[in-house]
Amino acid sequence: MRAETLTRIGLRTIALGYLGLLLAFPVGYILYETFAPGVGAVWDSVTTPAAISAFWLTLTVTAIAVPLNTVLGVLTALSLVRGRLGRSRARPLIEAVLDLPFAVSPVVVGLALVLVYGRTGWFGDELATAGIQVIFSLPGMVIATVFVCLPFVAREVMPVLREIGDEQEQAAATLGATRWQAFRRITVPSIRWGIAYGVVLSTARAVGEFGAVSVVSGKIGGETITLPLLVEQRYQNFDLAGAYAASALLAVLALGTLLALTLVNPRKDH
Amino acid sequence: MSTLATSALGRLGRVRRARAASPALTGDPIPPRLAVGTIVLWLGLVVLLPLAAVATRSFDDGLAGFWASVSSRQAVDALRFTLLVSLLVAAIQAVMGTVVAWVLVRDSFRGKAFVNTIIDLPFALPTIVAGLTLLALYGPRSPIGVNVSFTQASVALALLFVTLPFVVRSVQPVLIELDREMEQAAASLGAGPATIFRRIVLPNLAPAVLSGAALAFARAVGEFGSLILISGNIPFQTQVASVFVFKQLESDNLRGASAVSVVLLALSLLVLLGLRLLERWGTRHAR
Repeated sequence: MRAETLTRIGLRTIALGYLGLLLAFPVGYILYETFAPGVGAVWDSVTTPAAISAFWLTLTVTAIAVPLNTVLGVLTALSLVRGRLGRSRARPLIEAVLDLPFAVSPVVVGLALVLVYGRTGWFGDELATAGIQVIFSLPGMVIATVFVCLPFVAREVMPVLREIGDEQEQAAATLGATRWQAFRRITVPSIRWGIAYGVVLSTARAVGEFGAVSVVSGKIGGETITLPLLVEQRYQNFDLAGAYAASALLAVLALGTLLALTLVNPRKDH
Repeated sequence: MSTLATSALGRLGRVRRARAASPALTGDPIPPRLAVGTIVLWLGLVVLLPLAAVATRSFDDGLAGFWASVSSRQAVDALRFTLLVSLLVAAIQAVMGTVVAWVLVRDSFRGKAFVNTIIDLPFALPTIVAGLTLLALYGPRSPIGVNVSFTQASVALALLFVTLPFVVRSVQPVLIELDREMEQAAASLGAGPATIFRRIVLPNLAPAVLSGAALAFARAVGEFGSLILISGNIPFQTQVASVFVFKQLESDNLRGASAVSVVLLALSLLVLLGLRLLERWGTRHAR
């Protein structure tokens, strides 16, 4: 019995020590460093014109990418679990493509978009003729964000759909409900926590995405600098306090995400 | 328990339910043929087309050009370092992640719920902030006098930070579900704790540990944001493949960037494939 207690305490010490050194102490210390000069200084630093423009750009990119991914994610999940794709032989292939963004390096995503939409890319000439700039401007950043967030909603909704089955929708259909009515009144309410969870995950990733956006943004001050890019830019310009302040803003968003995840965890429903 | 990692691998280690495949396609808001078309177009346009562009570009000058790009000393070195450090990180995470999951499930102490919540922090925190955070405590201005910045250790440290949740979150649910009667039976038959762990617990956890480690490995191989500030990007020392790709891109060597990217892509595909096989193995008893 005594040896067992020792093992337990030992494991607990190892685990907490590991988490402390890797996670708690660094995060705690940077928060302390950030707010050491006072909340006022941090506030001034995150309300400069550059910071405000970065904040709005981050918000804009997220506000376009996340709803797009949500609608198509739900559609993909429905089709893969219940629809035609679920019964087709192509299902493993579609699922693999859906998972790819989880596994591809963000830099490779950025590179890929440059190769398609950039000046020398596949559609470079056509886009130039049409006067549309994708790379080094908002559209490129949105496409990059859509890519990296692509699987979240679908992957969260799919297990929920599998679990609830489709008896209720069938009942609705026999009672004369149209496809759209059954979807809106039955399917959506039963998968709403799965959707919410996926949306929170996508939003966190969209707000914080650095690699892919950094490649396609061109980092034009006041135009294509998002919050994570601002952190890097300030750090490289030796504005450590400014970098910390912008990080703190992102960290607050991250904590909000964690809180939201705990609140909307779909598995709590069961 | 909020489980980002398990949700990302929600399908892993989970019994696939028999899908009620009704021909009526109820609950589908738009006609199936239109849905399939939209999805295929969407995935093709967003995911496959750009990746195809990378593959095509890397073979612009044929196989020889591709080979010249990936076999340059700097590229080989970056790829080898990436591979080794990612394997090391996945291995450490396999052990430490299992320990953390064990403590979170089997132990009880004050503040456990809080610890359980912050495990997900590395997923929620933007990668650039993660790098900056580590740099503050373990960088040149470290208050405790530990400066690992611009060393290979800093790369491992950053990767450990960003991959922390994977193994914990894949092992945790399996441990919760694990039937303790098996262990009690073993104990009553005279098995010591070490034997019980090795013969009973570990075989049950192995698929989850492996799939968590594989995800950590895949993430580590492609990681960029958390490394850009802390690694210093010193060629032949701390330069990882993703940063190498970034530098090639900046100097407009798109073919070189694409060639190394193709190797990274191949690695990702291998890991995805491995996870699929692992998933089958993990659910072999259920079927």
